[in-house]
Amino acid sequence: MSSGELPGPAPDERMRPEGRRNTQGIRIDPEAEATHQPRHAVLSALVKHEPGVLAEVSGLFSRRQFNIESLTVGPTTDKNVARMTIVIEEPEPGVEQAKKQLRKLIPTIAVEELKPEAMRRELALVKVRAEKPDDVQSVAEMYNGQAVDASPNAVTVEITGSKQKIDAAVEAFEQFDVEEVVRTGAAALERGAETMDANGYASEE
Amino acid sequence: MSERAFHQDPEPEPPAEEDEEATDDAREVTTGAEAAIIALEEAGVDMAFGVQGGAIMPVYDALYDSDIEHITMAHEQGAAHAADAYGIVSGDPGVAMATSGPGATNLVTGIADASMDSDPMIALTGQVATDFVGNDAFQEVDTVGITQPITKQNYFAGDPDTLGADVSEAFALADAGRQGPTLVDLPKDASKAETDVQPISPATPDTYHPPEKADEAVIEAAAEALQDADQPAILSGGGVVKGEASDELRAFARKYEIPVITTMPGLGTFPETDDLSLGMAGMHGTGAANLAITNCDVLLGVGTRFDDRLTGGVDSFAPDAEVIHIEIDPAEINKNIYADYPLLGDAERVLEQLDDELTDAPDAETWREQCQTWKDEYPLDYETPEDEPLKPQYVVERFAELADDDAIVTTGVGQHQMWACQFWTYTEPRTWVSSNGLGTMGYGVPSAIGAKLGAPDREVVTFDGDGSFLMTMQELSVAVREDLDITYVILNNEAIGMVRQWQDGFYEGRRMASEYPWIPEFDLLAESFGARGFRLEEHDEVDDVIKKAREYDGPAVIDAIIDPGENVYPMVPSGGDNGLFALSEEQLDNL
Ligand SMILES: Cc1ncc(C[n+]2csc(CCOP(=O)(O)OP(=O)(O)O)c2C)c(N)n1
Ligand SMILES: [Mg+2]
Repeated sequence: MSSGELPGPAPDERMRPEGRRNTQGIRIDPEAEATHQPRHAVLSALVKHEPGVLAEVSGLFSRRQFNIESLTVGPTTDKNVARMTIVIEEPEPGVEQAKKQLRKLIPTIAVEELKPEAMRRELALVKVRAEKPDDVQSVAEMYNGQAVDASPNAVTVEITGSKQKIDAAVEAFEQFDVEEVVRTGAAALERGAETMDANGYASEE
Repeated sequence: MSERAFHQDPEPEPPAEEDEEATDDAREVTTGAEAAIIALEEAGVDMAFGVQGGAIMPVYDALYDSDIEHITMAHEQGAAHAADAYGIVSGDPGVAMATSGPGATNLVTGIADASMDSDPMIALTGQVATDFVGNDAFQEVDTVGITQPITKQNYFAGDPDTLGADVSEAFALADAGRQGPTLVDLPKDASKAETDVQPISPATPDTYHPPEKADEAVIEAAAEALQDADQPAILSGGGVVKGEASDELRAFARKYEIPVITTMPGLGTFPETDDLSLGMAGMHGTGAANLAITNCDVLLGVGTRFDDRLTGGVDSFAPDAEVIHIEIDPAEINKNIYADYPLLGDAERVLEQLDDELTDAPDAETWREQCQTWKDEYPLDYETPEDEPLKPQYVVERFAELADDDAIVTTGVGQHQMWACQFWTYTEPRTWVSSNGLGTMGYGVPSAIGAKLGAPDREVVTFDGDGSFLMTMQELSVAVREDLDITYVILNNEAIGMVRQWQDGFYEGRRMASEYPWIPEFDLLAESFGARGFRLEEHDEVDDVIKKAREYDGPAVIDAIIDPGENVYPMVPSGGDNGLFALSEEQLDNL
């Protein structure tokens, strides 16, 4: 029932190009395929402080399959503006796309990727069984942690710092029974006197 | 052919007296709903498509005193597609209205469709009163949540004092930069509440800055690349339509003698009658377009997002080409295809910039000859028309011949849509109205209504599939009621043919759920709606039936019974290599 063949040279009789692109649409040397390794990127975004913005941003990252490690949001000194810190892990083209897609959202005021040396802090609360409170205390001190709650059976320690420090602290606490952990994800700012406005980070003059 | 018995010409209604001069004194806003309607009036809206319902009643009540004409559609999906098509042909945002809950969810397909094709549209939805929001109230859905990924921006307009401003901003955003759909959700208490805040004229928010002019340094580099090209090609996309850049693009291509390929949404941006035209590229594109796009050494893409139906597998897409990408949306740069020369800005302006920078045309005589050879080698062809049964390609080709030069074509989705691409000759922008990106069956009937109302002086033809027609045919009632002169052609293969073609090609002919054991007689169905119905079975009758249907002043439906075995070729399988398009099922098997 199928119709006949259209005229013209068959596929193997046609002019053929030599090159190739990788999955990101970048022309590559077919011999030596260069793949981009995923890297961590810390994005700082100023957004309008209005309902729905958080859902909009998190929805964007999930539906475009950007690999998100943490997202924090909070008010700024301007009551109309909120600041988000988003840590993603993506190959270079993904980082670029994520920035552009984030900028494209209408409530977005500015988006910047922070430098690797930017200040990054997160906070964790770790609740441990307190059979040996003194031992807990000394581990907490190693990480500049502070006991914020103590009951006959449990102690809760607060730790702030880089992700690596908190990872290490949580691991160290595992020698006791860790009952619960809660972590905030990163809040980050560029070092020095630079500040961010609608035009992004103004470089120091 | 048969003209079935029970059709009666409706009494022609005398044209309504219209006084163009009459202008209302500026109406004073008294409620949130009035603010919404006056905001639309201020934006220049003169027509809206929708369906009434509880939560949107205050807004409709405000329409009662407005000069905005409201077209009641049979289904909200129809309202969204009609508004979308109105936006495509007129260039201004179409307006769709629906009540909360099911009204809003029925709009969703049409909004997503507009989003994929960057069509300007604003949707107004009713919502339950703010006190009830979040309580699973009657006819409550989270419209803002549901439509968030498919709108450019949406608004929950809970404050009567800012409701008008939300509508103004939504309208401005739908129209600005890269166009697209916006939505304003109007809780019933806010639209009923009193306010005296007058809406402002439409303006985009201060965070919105679409690029206008490309970076001069990149223009210089791009011009040099283009000038040095041996095998240059232009890929003209839907952004050329939306950016009104077709004239500039034509002049540019002709001045520098660069062959032009179009995307599907780009149909009509460059006349297919021009020697430099290679037609449409992609899955069912022409041999010449797909070979040129594969073998070019510089590709100037204008207003295109390099969709996968166009590119096929990205590994084999224009793999030797440096890409110059003119685009208004920065997020489209490097999204699918890496741009060696990203030129952000308005298509018309950036083409002018590039033209100013270029001193010589590329030396591409041999390449142009090669392109011409491909055009000669790979004509779009089909079996001898005299053969029984009727060939769909012949019907499209004859209609194109008989229709006005600037006729608008709308379509459903499937094989018939591809034949409408391939066998109609597009020469003007805004003549192709189709569901390019979302591929929405059912787009055909309502889009014709929006297109006709958006361009009343133009001929409107719809090529629909039997399956697609069945999805939204109830809108025929609207075409009859509004007495719209539209010709619907159903290329009836008694099957959801595109699926059947794929099953034959990729699923060993296992035809699961793709053939209709029984379908209605569409000519009779049309008559029962009050439209004129024609049945077309014979090759010899094609011209005659088309002429009769065109002559009929009102909606006509031609049920064209076509060869059910006909397939669409050339074909690049999904993710395949454009340069290896198959000319037959056998070639497809061997790819
Ligand atoms: C709303 C929707 N549902 C399902 C599909 C999948 N689909 C694509 S083409 C097609 C067949 C369309 O049949 P018809 O309208 O008769 O067109 P034909 O291919 O026969 O010309 C189907 C089911 C779709 N595109 N849209
Ligand atoms: Mg069909």
